[in-house]
Amino acid sequence: MSGTILRRLLSMLPVMGVVAICVFLLLHLAPGDPASIIAGENATPENIARIREQLGLDQPVWKQFLVWIAAMLHGDLGTSLFWGDTVLSLIGQRAEPTVSLALTTLAVAVFLAIAIGVLAASHAGTWIDRLVMGFAVLGFSVPVFVVGYLLIFVFAVNLKWLPVQGYSPLAEGLLPWLRNLVLPSVALGMAYVALIARITRTTMLDVLAEDYMRTARAKGVATRAMLFRHALKNAAVPIATVVGNGVALLIGGVVITETVFNIPGIGRLVVDAIARRDYPIIQGVIMVFSGVYVLVNLLVDLSYTLFDPRVRG
Amino acid sequence: MAEPVLAVEDLRTHFFTQDGVTRAVDGLNFTVGAGETLGIVGESGCGKSVTALSVMRLLPAGLGRTVGGKVLFGGRDLLQLDEAQMRRIRGDRIAMIFQEPMTSLNPVLSVGEQIAESVMIHQGKTKAEAWARAAEMLALVRIADAERRVKDYPHQFSGGMRQRVMIAIALSCHPQLLIADEPTTALDVTIQAQILKLMIELKSRIGAAILLITHDLGVVAETCQRVVVMYAGRKVEEASVLDLFDRPLHPYTRGLMASIPRHRRAGPPPRRLQEIPGIVPNLRDPIAGCAFAPRCPLATARCTAEAPSLRSAGTHSVACWEVTP
Ligand SMILES: Nc1ncnc2c1ncn2[C@@H]1O[C@H](COP(=O)(O)OP(=O)(O)OP(=O)(O)O)[C@@H](O)[C@H]1O
Ligand SMILES: [Mg+2]
Repeated sequence: MSGTILRRLLSMLPVMGVVAICVFLLLHLAPGDPASIIAGENATPENIARIREQLGLDQPVWKQFLVWIAAMLHGDLGTSLFWGDTVLSLIGQRAEPTVSLALTTLAVAVFLAIAIGVLAASHAGTWIDRLVMGFAVLGFSVPVFVVGYLLIFVFAVNLKWLPVQGYSPLAEGLLPWLRNLVLPSVALGMAYVALIARITRTTMLDVLAEDYMRTARAKGVATRAMLFRHALKNAAVPIATVVGNGVALLIGGVVITETVFNIPGIGRLVVDAIARRDYPIIQGVIMVFSGVYVLVNLLVDLSYTLFDPRVRG
Repeated sequence: MAEPVLAVEDLRTHFFTQDGVTRAVDGLNFTVGAGETLGIVGESGCGKSVTALSVMRLLPAGLGRTVGGKVLFGGRDLLQLDEAQMRRIRGDRIAMIFQEPMTSLNPVLSVGEQIAESVMIHQGKTKAEAWARAAEMLALVRIADAERRVKDYPHQFSGGMRQRVMIAIALSCHPQLLIADEPTTALDVTIQAQILKLMIELKSRIGAAILLITHDLGVVAETCQRVVVMYAGRKVEEASVLDLFDRPLHPYTRGLMASIPRHRRAGPPPRRLQEIPGIVPNLRDPIAGCAFAPRCPLATARCTAEAPSLRSAGTHSVACWEVTP
């Protein structure tokens, strides 16, 4: 087992390598010169050239790439052009809000999505099913920022139930932390819930039509045990796969959600960095996000053995 | 005959599809005596499985519905029970095994869990007691090394062994009636015989009756005391097994007899199966006369116009204008 995990961890390396190349090329081929942005509007060409030299931007692109990769392999994501701090420390400072937002959303969304997916499947063809599916289409097609502003307008501005925006660290109390997370989590999780609910419903419908479900009924198993004990475990592998793949939605959504709700997290860090062409931060954050995504999906793959005895071999 | 365990009276089960109503079972009567093995035979599509599912009230929801008749079991009409009452009977008083051993067990639950579950639901046993019973049942259906194998999953068993597991589940609560819907059709011939023998032996041990559904008269000959021959959702003949093989009356039954494959015995290679010419009627169109008339060598004008009613002499009954019981 630990051998498998090690092998799978090593197999992440080529994936991350490809990600690194793509990220680097994309940023360096995109228009915009960080040196002139840092130098300001009234800078002379000499000024800009000096800054460019300081930052190593005068080097050939391949050389810049190798320097960046070599540093990364030593655990160094580089130094921000604008802040002068290391990218790693900047990410560290901004991690709490982002991790809080992502994890609470993930936990609540997965639980909720599976519940309504199972509900829809067990009431297939009824108005409950249609309601859930209607929500799934809507939740998936309305952009995060629209949901976000709508929620702010209704629940924060009009009803005044929850804060309009911002973040309150966990260290300053559980309740303010939670109150600040509710609306962003809903906005962020909407598409994710829709995605997982839909696959849960589809997979459960297939499972419910299986012969062994008829066997369970013939044994006198009660409805709830039929759904959760007999069916859901059989549906777990496709659901877990989508839970893993859907983390991409969360990562993309975090960037937008943090902007809409003015949350000082990693998403905001990277949005600001893009405006300033602060390459090291953009590259570093993308590498971290990609690493998280690949790692989550590795965990999902490993979880299959929990659900399905046939893959245990 | 003693008080029957199961009495089915004028059972009518129809399927409501977009193309119309299919009368899968259309006025069926039969009884199963305590400890008896009753066979129901008939070609594919004649309503055997639908009959079994109607008794268990396991018809596919929204499609099939029992629209008339009675299913009397232990003095109660099962068709009148609510779902919770029915659940207490299923798997406890009436158990069922199905044709497809490869897909009838849940792949993600160990066979022990699947046997123990019935015991826990119906007998209120603790988990430990139920698992002990599971191992016992597994040994009873002759799975070697049962103590260890209860923890195994279905994919670790062969088709024949899975059907044994199904039997173990079905008999775990000592039901009064076991409904076996083509329990051996999907298995090798040698395994078939073993499974049938096991079923018969265990049912006598626990004193259950069996309703055995099959399209194979050979299986009936080996296992049943009485037999009901079904055609197009109705009973066309009923007799003791000895009587039926001695003196098959209905032309359809005779056709079935002629098509029994001989491969059960050693000897010359099997000759071509003699099939009854023609096809099973579409149950969607109401049938005026005898449903078998279009395929029947004895059919007359009367047969296509008027449905024959069941006439009996002693325990042998037949629905045909052209033969006398
Ligand atoms: N799910 C269904 N939807 C619509 N019609 C059905 C359905 N199941 C059965 N029927 C109808 O009921 C009739 C009887 O089917 P049944 O399954 O009882 O046949 P059977 O005698 O068990 O045949 P086999 O030997 O193939 O198992 C079929 O001809 C079919 O028209
Ligand atoms: Mg059938």
